[in-house]
Amino acid sequence: MDQTLKKQLQITACKVRMGIIEGVFNAKSGHPGGSLSIADTLTYLYFHKLHVDPKNPKMADRDRLVLSKGHTAPALYSVLSQRGFFPEEELKTLRKIGARLQGHPDMKHIPGVDMSTGSLGQGISAACGMALSGKLSDESYKVYAILGDGEVEEGQVWEAAMFAAHYKLDNLVAVVDNNGLQIDGKITEVCSPMPITDKFEAFGWHVITMDAHEFDSIEKAFDEAEKVSGQPVAIVQTSTKGKGVSFMENQVGWHGSAPNAEQYAQAMDELKAALASLEKEA
Amino acid sequence: MADVIKKATRESYGEALAELSGEYPDLIVLDADLAAATKTGIFKKACPERFIDCGIAEANMMGVAAGIASTGKKVFASSFAMFAAGRAFEIVRNSIGYPHLNVKIGATHAGISVGEDGATHQCNEDIALMRTIPGMTIINPADDVEAKAAVKAALDFEGPVYMRFGRLAVPVFNDKETYKFELGKGVQLKDGSDVSIIATGLMVNEALQAADILAGEGISARVINIHTIKPIDREIIIKAAKETGLIVTAEEHSVIGGLGSAVAEVVTEECPVKVVKVGVNDVFGHSGPAADLLKEFGLCADNIVKKVKEAIA
Repeated sequence: MDQTLKKQLQITACKVRMGIIEGVFNAKSGHPGGSLSIADTLTYLYFHKLHVDPKNPKMADRDRLVLSKGHTAPALYSVLSQRGFFPEEELKTLRKIGARLQGHPDMKHIPGVDMSTGSLGQGISAACGMALSGKLSDESYKVYAILGDGEVEEGQVWEAAMFAAHYKLDNLVAVVDNNGLQIDGKITEVCSPMPITDKFEAFGWHVITMDAHEFDSIEKAFDEAEKVSGQPVAIVQTSTKGKGVSFMENQVGWHGSAPNAEQYAQAMDELKAALASLEKEA
Repeated sequence: MADVIKKATRESYGEALAELSGEYPDLIVLDADLAAATKTGIFKKACPERFIDCGIAEANMMGVAAGIASTGKKVFASSFAMFAAGRAFEIVRNSIGYPHLNVKIGATHAGISVGEDGATHQCNEDIALMRTIPGMTIINPADDVEAKAAVKAALDFEGPVYMRFGRLAVPVFNDKETYKFELGKGVQLKDGSDVSIIATGLMVNEALQAADILAGEGISARVINIHTIKPIDREIIIKAAKETGLIVTAEEHSVIGGLGSAVAEVVTEECPVKVVKVGVNDVFGHSGPAADLLKEFGLCADNIVKKVKEAIA
């Protein structure tokens, strides 16, 4: 990847992480862990890959992104605000009465949200519908769905996996965020869905793995996905839950809880320092 | 009386989809391996390229329908009522209802008249389930003419619609030439002053027969067909309550949460009068010929007559 682009994406991803912390802290609830683990992937997609227009969020030929792991809405909202879909200041209204930014994505009211999600396993089916619709009328848009590794324990995911392969939805890319943790503990200990890659392969998908926090790896994966024909693509990304905030990394307790004032200050200090160092290098 | 033509509303549904396929070139029809039974197979034959079989996976089918609708196309998702409203309930609520997407659900084999397949397939709870979803429109047509008109009305309406069709061939009593379907409007089929029989689906024809029997016994019964259960026509119900002072509802559905409940909700708020419910009395069905089951569970003109007379006495 071009070094200037990479630096720019790293800077943006750092700002996206700050927005996640800002939103969850002000809401006093929400899901920071899984939001931070997909921050780099969403940054790459919204700032480099997706054909979208913040001024025309419902543009008919736009690429679609369905956040099937809808509880990580803070990451989606943060990246959408960075991309200009709505003001960054609005992140502070997350989960508050009268706010557009609902606890889980709401396509009816939030510019840039392509599907209402939150109940796990459902977003991937809607993404299949969007991809199929594009195929039926010969449109060129692509559909990206972001799933959690715990989410693939839902049976509906595999109904959708069967459907996408049967209808050869090669305009669909599902990213599975394998951070290894779900609410009750390690995914391998709760009710293991592993091996995730083999399962998607068995269902007829083209499977790619990537490092979720290295933009070279991310670009390589999405470039490969674009070349696949006749099959849907699953990108299983190895990620770190809570990535970017030292005390949240790999801690299951940060799946669904908000930082207190002290923790908020520490998290923001760490991210500001990371940002300063990235900007200095750039 | 001339020979009564009988036809199942599922048949009307499949035919309507095929007949309307030219007028609605962006209509996509989904099914979950039941095309031969739901009669979407008729559409499939007419437009194979716009028919998508989702296999035995109703949850995914409802999500796929939501995704298709989000791109602006019209879409019908079909299965048996048990699976469309029951198994896929939460997907219908969260992926279709909450974002208020333009998905039409064609649910066939509703009610006890499924017959021999028995309790697992006799869905007497779908109206109750669908009524709880904000913004969901529910249509339960009474015969072939109404069912076909309702399919077109649903296609012209923007928003989620649950449509309920039956497996059993039922008498066609509406006149194709003069019939007009108005979404959300009850239809007064017969005036009367002693009691109002408010019915839906295949029970509308039973209500008409009951009114004839009652007339012979000197009881004047008004008959109202409620094809749109949500949003319900409050006006026609309030008027019936005020003018007749007694209501008997009739539906091929549980007495919990269906038409009877919806009517009672309106009446208790606006003009409290006695409401007697004819329906499935909080029990599961069982196997047997549909016609026999309808009689056994009291879903027939004779039982409506009995209930009216008990209420008046």
